[in-house]
Amino acid sequence: MIFLKLILTNLGRHRIRTLISVAGIAFSVAAMLTVVTILQGAVGMFSGLLSADSQILVFERNVSDLFFSSVPDAAVKDIQGWSMVQHANPVLFGVVSSLDHPIITCFGVTPEDARIHDAAWLAGTRSEFGTGANQVVLGERAAEFLNAKVGSKVSIGHGVFSVIGIIRTKNGFEDGGVFMPLRSAQNFFHKEGTSSVLTVKLKSRNDQAAFKSQVKQRYPALIALQDQEFDRSYSQFRILKATAWAVGACGLLLGGLGVANTMIMSVFTRIREIAILRVNGFSNGQIAAMIFGESGVVSLIGTVAGLLIGAAAIVALKLIPALHGYVDADIQPLVVVAVVFLACLTGIAGGLYPAFYAMRIRAVEALRFE
Amino acid sequence: MSNCVLTPALKKTAVVVSAEDVWKSYDDETIQVLNGVDFEARAGQTVALCGPSGCGKSTLLHLLGGLDHPTRGRVTVNGKPVGDGQGSLHLLRHEVGFVFQLHNLIADLTLEENCLIPTVAAGTSRSVALERLRQLTERTGLTHRLKHRIQKLSGGERQRTALCRALMNRPRILLADEPTGSLDERTSRQIFDLLLELVATEGITLIMATHDHGLAQKCDRLVEMRDGRICESSLT
Repeated sequence: MIFLKLILTNLGRHRIRTLISVAGIAFSVAAMLTVVTILQGAVGMFSGLLSADSQILVFERNVSDLFFSSVPDAAVKDIQGWSMVQHANPVLFGVVSSLDHPIITCFGVTPEDARIHDAAWLAGTRSEFGTGANQVVLGERAAEFLNAKVGSKVSIGHGVFSVIGIIRTKNGFEDGGVFMPLRSAQNFFHKEGTSSVLTVKLKSRNDQAAFKSQVKQRYPALIALQDQEFDRSYSQFRILKATAWAVGACGLLLGGLGVANTMIMSVFTRIREIAILRVNGFSNGQIAAMIFGESGVVSLIGTVAGLLIGAAAIVALKLIPALHGYVDADIQPLVVVAVVFLACLTGIAGGLYPAFYAMRIRAVEALRFE
Repeated sequence: MSNCVLTPALKKTAVVVSAEDVWKSYDDETIQVLNGVDFEARAGQTVALCGPSGCGKSTLLHLLGGLDHPTRGRVTVNGKPVGDGQGSLHLLRHEVGFVFQLHNLIADLTLEENCLIPTVAAGTSRSVALERLRQLTERTGLTHRLKHRIQKLSGGERQRTALCRALMNRPRILLADEPTGSLDERTSRQIFDLLLELVATEGITLIMATHDHGLAQKCDRLVEMRDGRICESSLT
């Protein structure tokens, strides 16, 4: 009880300094939670976009980005014919621009593709998809920002297209995208005879290894990965995740420096008090525990505040209409655990030098200290 | 021991603290504070260390209480040499209490909290500690001040609080460094009488550094120090 009182009393003596340290940790935790959650959500969304109604992705080996991948139509046709395959749908990704909208993702798909097949058609009908030239289907958000409805003409890239349908999907990227029949997309992007990826669903999950092996054997330039494998190994995802954690860690490092500064000042301003505790029998361990207790309390309050701020920020982002569907920001318990762990580690690290310094204070000398 | 003078009654009690040929210097021996001090005190004895400022009184007290270590020589408490680490810690927690000229209390804590600090260090149970505190504050007249912050106490009350704190863990030796030096004459005499009464009741050995020969005369023994040496020791 007295021990806790000593800790809290000291933090209370310099409330502003303590509050600044708490704020440093809180904003670091909030930043880490928000950035990591949003990027993980984005990665999850992009990964979901690739794996719509499929288990395996086939794409060109060693490409840095799927936009640069080329899967030949001949390979697509061959794989579609394999006995273990239930269905295999080629998708061509492209990025186009329109007036006021520099980046619009374009999906070249077949009518059988899950994106078209399983979407909610807000306008138009699925049966019309791929029946005419220069026709597109728009995602709900794309229709909004292009101010288009069925029958409208929209300028996309260097072409003008008729809108034959508007669909709603579960995926924000798709909702903001433009869907073209695969052949039209191949012509539009000058990628005749190729797709970016082939999304494959097998009749039996037990055939996954055999399928991958067969792809490797017949098409050495291609690679087949299960969706989870792809998530783990795709360099863009790894870069995004690493960036998110690095940004968060930098924030926490700054917060930790704030804690360290506060604790060092705290020790310097009460050298005599620490000497009194020593004269009254406090051991090195007890002195260190007191200092770590102080940094721990700062970190704890900062972490709790940071989690609340971060959660509020994420909720606020989800509520912004312009980001609807783009921020799949459900806070993962594992992310919370990792953030709390890092914040605790920061608190301990922030208290290390001050505790070491306090332990070295000699009562005899310090009692003379004014 | 060359400087030990005893009454017949004290001759029968055991030596609780002793210094044998103790030397202490600072800054690579450029500042020589103690020059071969021999000293001992017996159980229940009250000893006043007198002498001019800088003669080494406080340094000797620090060495006897394990707060500092001699450059040369040996200090023992209850027959055991005073050393570093756990030995020193045990000494400060259970065998020695300190009272200083400046009360050295923590201003933001209450009287009760200040007095409980040594019991926290020693791991004494709260109920035992509170009972001990009740006894001490009754005897020092501080019961009504228990929940008051130190800032609200008078100088005399603060020094009585420091005395209570020093006695919380029932030490056998009380080392007092000018305990009344910051008080007016009347309060000074009251505090000193209280100090003598408490150590007598509890059978504590008191070793006190003081400039006040009037107070020193009330102790069993008066030890004069000069230039880091004990130059005279006499019964009062």
